[in-house]
Amino acid sequence: MTSNGARINHIAGTAVPVIGNDIDTDRIIPARFLRCVTFEGLGEQVFRDERFDEQDNPVDHPLNDPRFSGASILIVNANFGCGSSREHAPQAIMRYGIRAIIGESFAEIFAGNCLSLGIPTFTADQATVRDLQTRITNHPDTVLYLDIEQLTATMGTTTVTLAMSKTTQSALVSGTWDSLEQLLANEAAIDAVYDRIPYLGG
Amino acid sequence: MARNLFNKVWDLHKVASLSETHDQLFIGLHLVHEVTSPQAFAALKERGLRVKYPQCTVATVDHIVPTQSQMIRPYRDGLAEEMLQALEESTREFGIRFFGLDSERQGIVHIIGPENGLTQPGMTIACGDSHTSTHGAFGAIAFGIGTSQVRDVLATQTMALERLRVRRIEVTGKRGPGVFAKDIILKIIAELGVKGGIGYAYEYGGEVLSALSMEERMTICNMSIEGGARAGYVNPDETTFNYLEGKPFAPPPERFSDMKKFWQSMASDLDCPYDDSYHLDISSLAPMVTWGITPGQAIEVDKPLPRLAEMSESDKEIGAKAYEHTGFSEGAMLLGRPIDVAFIGSCTNGRISDLRSAAAVIQGRRVKNGVQALVVPGSRQVKMQAEAEGLDTIFTEAGFQWREAGCSMCLAMNPDKLQGNQICASSSNRNFIGRQGSAKGRTLLMSPAMVAAAALEGAVADVRTLL
Ligand code: SF4
Repeated sequence: MTSNGARINHIAGTAVPVIGNDIDTDRIIPARFLRCVTFEGLGEQVFRDERFDEQDNPVDHPLNDPRFSGASILIVNANFGCGSSREHAPQAIMRYGIRAIIGESFAEIFAGNCLSLGIPTFTADQATVRDLQTRITNHPDTVLYLDIEQLTATMGTTTVTLAMSKTTQSALVSGTWDSLEQLLANEAAIDAVYDRIPYLGG
Repeated sequence: MARNLFNKVWDLHKVASLSETHDQLFIGLHLVHEVTSPQAFAALKERGLRVKYPQCTVATVDHIVPTQSQMIRPYRDGLAEEMLQALEESTREFGIRFFGLDSERQGIVHIIGPENGLTQPGMTIACGDSHTSTHGAFGAIAFGIGTSQVRDVLATQTMALERLRVRRIEVTGKRGPGVFAKDIILKIIAELGVKGGIGYAYEYGGEVLSALSMEERMTICNMSIEGGARAGYVNPDETTFNYLEGKPFAPPPERFSDMKKFWQSMASDLDCPYDDSYHLDISSLAPMVTWGITPGQAIEVDKPLPRLAEMSESDKEIGAKAYEHTGFSEGAMLLGRPIDVAFIGSCTNGRISDLRSAAAVIQGRRVKNGVQALVVPGSRQVKMQAEAEGLDTIFTEAGFQWREAGCSMCLAMNPDKLQGNQICASSSNRNFIGRQGSAKGRTLLMSPAMVAAAALEGAVADVRTLL
């Protein structure tokens, strides 16, 4: 396989819980911040309308809480990233400093976008995720070691089992999460498909 | 072996296996717009790559267009102007067909594909927009993608994707008066949930779907993504072929019957297997309206709002958040609840039949004082057609504003926005917090005819009383 980008085997760091089901990409990055031709600067706007009121005063939100500053792992609940396909959402999360996300479930386009950026999306059942969120809330300085090959999260002496789609796992560990090189390598096969499709060359 | 349409289309377009679960899929039509493409074009330029098949790529501008003054350039919003210029330059540089502001074919990307005959059965279609599922109405497999994948498709005409499972959704029964495609899809999402479709493509069928027009089928497929399904489709039939015949980019007469044979061959085989199935009888369905902050939080307009205590555990938390945001009360009726704004438009319900159904309700009546009501045709073609039929006069005489084509108040990327905690009766597809441009704004999704009824009454109304 052609490799493009680093092999990602593990992520280590502190975490921040953002609690709630069905958190959509409009909430992660409001549409007004999509008026841009680069992704630069999006990190500062992540969850903007949840973190600040209309007068731009910070409100109660885990990403405003100094106890979680420097966190690189986001812990969320079910159907995270639903709604718009905007890659601006994982871009904003990544540029804020997040390297991996653990959740009960993810919307599909969002998870695919995360993979394109090399951000692992781990899943776990509700009890495990809620337990992790409580643990991190009580001890924000807990360092998590996420192993992508073993699919585990280790904190001190505790280890919990996580899950991940096979596609995501193999792309991350083989360093092929940025698919462009792999796709480009099949040029002849691409042309052959073009030629056989009845509405195109066929 | 009998196969469903999804798998036939997939197999025809499969280039290679990239891993055990991942395939490289050829994309027959790539639709591009200004929001999700600039970074993709920039990546191509940076790496010195070309667009692999410019002839399979079509671009337009929709999200950022000011619908009161489309043509006045440069746009007052400098960021919007920059995005538009970026797309104008990239399409020129890479030789991509662009339905820009100087084209009669400009409009919302999911409206112009079908109305120009670009969208056809048996195709794979991708666009950097989640509502690409709309194009499935023709029996195409259409995926919303992110910007990295837009880059991949530009550079290779392919993308890496996992095959979806297919859920057959069979819709039967007799459709009552005042019940539209929008009500059917809102009901399906309310039943199956906003995450029910994760991992699936939805195949919609049954007697109700067979009887629907192409535009109605598009409304249903459009909102597949709101139910978590990445793609949704209807098998192509005579309705599909009749719609396509004579469209500018449809096959010319001498090739039409050959293509029709191909299209028919792509439809799901009788007795083909599905990974799951679901049945809905719509005989007693009333017009639907959403009350919360996800498209799944929808009820029939004559029913009281649900009580948190009666919700399943997984719905309670988002239910509580919805009540906190909307200020509505459990057990209350939405019927009669005053609204501030009425919006008819979007890729869900901005086509000519949508405007006709709304115009039929308002003809000879007046928008309630104090309600801001706007109609935004989904494309220039829709606008011209509506004007030729005199619909614009019906709307403006009733007190609606008649706008130019664009996404408008469906999302907050152009000057059309809610203010403060306004309540908007909207024919669009998302009621997410902040979606319509105000963090406190409230969106009630419903059919265009129901929005028209709400505009007249100045409150949530049951359109059946106005028919
Ligand atoms: S009308 Fe709304 S949902 Fe459709 S493409 Fe435009 S912004 Fe997206």
